[in-house]
Amino acid sequence: MRRFLRPGHDPVRERLKRDLFQFNKTVEHGFPHQPSALGYSPFLRLMAIGTRSGAIKLYGAPGVEFMGLHEENNTVMQIHFIPDQCQLVTLLDDNSLHLWSLKQHSGASELREEHRFTLKGPPGSPPSATQITAVLPHSSREVLYLGTESGNIFVVELPSFRVLEDRTITSEAVLQRVPEDYCNRRSCELVEALREHPKNPDQVLIGYSRGLIVLWDLQNNKATHHFLGSQQLENLYWQRDGSKFISCHYDGSYTQWPVSSDNKQPEPLENLVPYGPFPCKAISKIYWQTTKNGLPYIIFQGGMPRASYGDRHSISVVHGSQQTAFDFTSRVIDFFIIFSSEPTAEFDDPSAMVVLAEEELVVIDLKTAGWPAVHPPYLASLHCSAITCSHHVSNIPLKLWERIISAGSKQNIHYSNMPWPIDGGTNMAPDPPQRDLLLTGHEDGTVRFWDASGVCLHLLYKLSTVRVFLTDADPNDNMNTLGEDEWPPLRKVGTFDPYSDDPRLGIQKIYLCKYSGYLAVAGTAGQVLVMELNDEDAEHVVDHAEADLLQDQEGYRWKGHEKLKTRDGAVRFEAGFQPFVLVQCQPPAVVTSLALHSEWKLVAFGTSHGFGLFDHQQKRLVFVKCTLHPSDQLALEGPLSRVKSLKKSLRQSFRRIRRSRVSSRKRRGVSGNASEVQEANAKFDQDALQEMELAPVQRKIEARSAEDSFTGFVRTLYFADTFLRDSSRHCPSLWAGTNGGTVYAFCLRVPPAERRMDEPVRAEQAKEIQLMHRAPVVGILVLDGRSTPLPEPLEVAHDLSKSPDMQGSHQLLVVSEEQFKVFTLPKVSSKLKLKLTALEGCRVRKVTVANFGSCKTDDYNENDLAVLTNLGDVQIISLPFLKLQIRYPCIRKEDVSGIASCVFTKYGQGFYLISPSEFERFSLSTKWLVEPRCVVDVPEVTSNNHVHNKSGMENAARKS
Amino acid sequence: EFRRFSLERSKPGKFEEFYGLLQHVHKIPNVDVLVGYTDIHGDLLPINNDDNYHKAVSTANPLLRIFIQRKEDADYSAFGTDTMTRKKNVLSNVLRPDNHKKKPHIVISMPQDFRPVSSIIDVDILPETHRRVRLYKYGTDKPLGFYIRDGSSVRVTPHGLEKVPGIFISRLVPGGLAQSTGLLAVNDEVLEVNGIEVSGKSLDQVTDMMIANSRNLIITVRPANQRNNVVRNSRTSGSSGQSTESSLPSSTPNILANFLQGEEESDEEDIIIEDSGEPQQIPKAAPASESLESLTQIELLHESTQNGFLPSSEMSLNHSAGSISMEYEVQDAEHKSLEEDGTIITL
Repeated sequence: MRRFLRPGHDPVRERLKRDLFQFNKTVEHGFPHQPSALGYSPFLRLMAIGTRSGAIKLYGAPGVEFMGLHEENNTVMQIHFIPDQCQLVTLLDDNSLHLWSLKQHSGASELREEHRFTLKGPPGSPPSATQITAVLPHSSREVLYLGTESGNIFVVELPSFRVLEDRTITSEAVLQRVPEDYCNRRSCELVEALREHPKNPDQVLIGYSRGLIVLWDLQNNKATHHFLGSQQLENLYWQRDGSKFISCHYDGSYTQWPVSSDNKQPEPLENLVPYGPFPCKAISKIYWQTTKNGLPYIIFQGGMPRASYGDRHSISVVHGSQQTAFDFTSRVIDFFIIFSSEPTAEFDDPSAMVVLAEEELVVIDLKTAGWPAVHPPYLASLHCSAITCSHHVSNIPLKLWERIISAGSKQNIHYSNMPWPIDGGTNMAPDPPQRDLLLTGHEDGTVRFWDASGVCLHLLYKLSTVRVFLTDADPNDNMNTLGEDEWPPLRKVGTFDPYSDDPRLGIQKIYLCKYSGYLAVAGTAGQVLVMELNDEDAEHVVDHAEADLLQDQEGYRWKGHEKLKTRDGAVRFEAGFQPFVLVQCQPPAVVTSLALHSEWKLVAFGTSHGFGLFDHQQKRLVFVKCTLHPSDQLALEGPLSRVKSLKKSLRQSFRRIRRSRVSSRKRRGVSGNASEVQEANAKFDQDALQEMELAPVQRKIEARSAEDSFTGFVRTLYFADTFLRDSSRHCPSLWAGTNGGTVYAFCLRVPPAERRMDEPVRAEQAKEIQLMHRAPVVGILVLDGRSTPLPEPLEVAHDLSKSPDMQGSHQLLVVSEEQFKVFTLPKVSSKLKLKLTALEGCRVRKVTVANFGSCKTDDYNENDLAVLTNLGDVQIISLPFLKLQIRYPCIRKEDVSGIASCVFTKYGQGFYLISPSEFERFSLSTKWLVEPRCVVDVPEVTSNNHVHNKSGMENAARKS
Repeated sequence: EFRRFSLERSKPGKFEEFYGLLQHVHKIPNVDVLVGYTDIHGDLLPINNDDNYHKAVSTANPLLRIFIQRKEDADYSAFGTDTMTRKKNVLSNVLRPDNHKKKPHIVISMPQDFRPVSSIIDVDILPETHRRVRLYKYGTDKPLGFYIRDGSSVRVTPHGLEKVPGIFISRLVPGGLAQSTGLLAVNDEVLEVNGIEVSGKSLDQVTDMMIANSRNLIITVRPANQRNNVVRNSRTSGSSGQSTESSLPSSTPNILANFLQGEEESDEEDIIIEDSGEPQQIPKAAPASESLESLTQIELLHESTQNGFLPSSEMSLNHSAGSISMEYEVQDAEHKSLEEDGTIITL
């Protein structure tokens, strides 16, 4: 009988659930992991980035984003837009070509894969015969020219990918009129570059890797000019008028060649090694851009002196006497120049250079003197320093929002004012319903404030806590202060800097009060900073207090790291959040939980040893409570902080270095092997994972004992104004939950505002609950008389929330990793429970109260618990009856860092890291969805004018 | 001392009333006593609940001989051991317990002191190829002591034989609870944990489920060694074979009932320390009468009391609650009576 009374079969509720909940992964924020290819369409003004996992992402104006994924999950080697079309072709490392197109569908454009194609040679031919090395989409939009390793160039029809065999340009045909002596020395080898003549679509420049360059007439199917290069060729570039082209070479040189009708075998005009005379690295790509004033821009990648600067990832821009070698923080994948693409324009007049490096996107303004960088509105490198924690705040009041933006704008003065140059497409998404902030804490002691309201995750402001402390590295010691005459003229650009000076600076917990502008930040070495927003620069002393969390524990020895040394005297802080109090936990173990009550002006913090409460108004420690179990030797000696965090960060640093070396070496390999190596590398991760799964695993079944380590580890802290002692009077209280399933409740006495500075805040332990299943407590929440969660501090004061019901009886919800339990207050008796682990075998990793509105009616909304389990499932559990509403698989259960990084918002959205540099945004709500919705319109094409459009050239083959 | 009084055979009433009557007759209102009687075979049997009281009354022909003994100096071993032929001894033993000390006996404690032990349960509803084992960790310091692993087993499905992933016992810890019961063995396939099927769940999930239920772990296994199975009449051993999946659904309600009941019995209560005072168990809150949940809870309570178990918490019933449903009232009465007699059994 009981079975039939179970909820979940109530049709009314089922219908309501459909109106409330729905799971969507909406958008990926940040910088794509392991980018491998770049493409740009001057016609659409869209940029495309391909990755090693087979993803392809298109970006235009802020908010215009598309994403596609190749089924094969193979590395994207090249991306080429079809001239004057909403189409692009990708080449993967399995030698397959894919045609993608942007099609409009119910008012929004969508990126779809249309065709796939793999070039097949005659039976018995070696695979290299059809291994594609260069792709040229012809400006006629009807054919693709495919250069191969064998030196043959195949022609395929678009969009059908039919091979036009009669038009194949064989290497034999090319070599017919080449002088004998040249021919003997070198055969054609692979096709390195294919470039269409900017004025005459019937002429194509073909560059072979050994140095031979041929101008091919497509009409007559014969070579018209031969250019006998002596150096291994890397790339080619036509000048705008088609009278000259430039070739760049493996030895770090570039050569200008004239094209005229009288000389069929011209000598080079100029041959230059820009960073000679000592051996230089290859110049892998070059641009020659004409300007009105006559001085060209010569922009090339690489070419650095091999011995002393061979490890730099550089792109040099030469304009008359100005020359800068932009020095990137990671390997340059590819770059392009945005210039005047109007076919009628006489000059290129480049405006910006867009560089895709392995870890970030850098855009350089070429029009403004000094060539400043442009602040990108998207593709932010979230991982400039490794993310250590994140915190989301919904619905920021406009005042605070503006103050944060103004503080951030003062930090960004060195950026260019140029409007974002990649501005294709139209953003159709409605304005974000509210202002949301995502705060990320980083290993280097910074907190970054991101605008998370819309599709573009945009950096608003960066806060550094380093100034408070004395560290080995002086922040003023700038690595790139090179002298005036320094050669090569290197200039560091980009923000990616994964090497932390001191892992103790790492941020572990963040709490921002959006109403008061108070911010609490806690770190790896037990430091807790309370900050206030100040619109002006200021110099002041940071008050310092110590909290000895061990009190009278005997026989204790902390073997972990030392606390951070603080600066003496006044410290200068820039406008923004400025610390005024530092509470140092002793022993300086990592801070594991943090809570701030801005109305009571109290901050609570916990470590693996205990927790404390600090009055930041009077700057006085109210109390500390040691939660250590006497037998907990591990926590006493502190391996958690030392062994785990320090060793881990060291190991990660090494791994990062190693990885970047591996990938750069791989790129230098011979093209034939390169793809195999890459393939092997791509498969490596999967294989390693599978091996791990195949290994015989067994699990011990053991009841939990009270002697487990780290039982004292404080997992959660919570402030509540509730009935702790008796049901007639409510009072402020602080709740703490530990790893060992203990909940402590302290009754607080906060003096009224007028006597706030005169009387001390008092605290007294009122309750201690021991959950018998002893699972870690991950959340504590008090529900008011209407079973609504208590509002945040100051929420009621700002009229943003109904005041809580203080008449009815309050309830306490304790969420452990295994169970949800509701207790009555003030007399604690158990009321309800949901034993999640006993039923499903999963554990709670994250839990938040989220408000869900119905998509059908505006006046209905309810509070539920959003829960993430260790299996990566997201569940919604109703309040106060603790009924499972719905469950969605969200994160792979092997993705431990993804699960650990997940944050929920107050309105049923969430973020988690899908790579060190990317957040995936998901939504559980039918009402709050932030997803890209945009349209790319095809501009009117007046066909004749655009025949000579340069987009074909722009996307022509490049070596990779 | 002897007393003789009469009872109405057809309406003997409840044991508590009888117990009160005895105390009244002997004028020992506040002394805890053990009550026993001699049945037709002359065995000394206890009277401590309604059932055996009724049985005792029904066996009286016409006289029912009752022995009353102070609880403190009671000799439990006397119960059920003696026959008519040694009747004298019984009497003498009971009346003069000192003599009895000479004979070493295995002392069997009273039911309230019994501790549940691990056992095979639900034999009647499970197919004979399966075995449901309840592992009681209570009162022992032994670890549960077994390991599980992933594996695969062959099942009969509509599409023929199919290999499906399963969870198996991989190792027993020597001296552990699992080994000492002898009910589980290496390579037994785990089918259910506390009524929840493990198919489709990962090794880690099943591990977590077992640990979360470790206080009262009920696991259903398909023993690797099928020779020790009970062969029932309903099925001939030949046809039973491996065809087991089809028989499972029919037993589901039972499994469910059993599981829920087990959960209520075994659920240890959390402990609270108020104002740094003495730790005590957290009581259950009085269920609110409107919600669906509360109905469920009441039913659960009802069931558990019928089984002779009462959750150890105090039942502070909220009499002021307005709309009390019918079930509630029934429950209420029963509770009161149970509370009065004070024989709450704690497990």
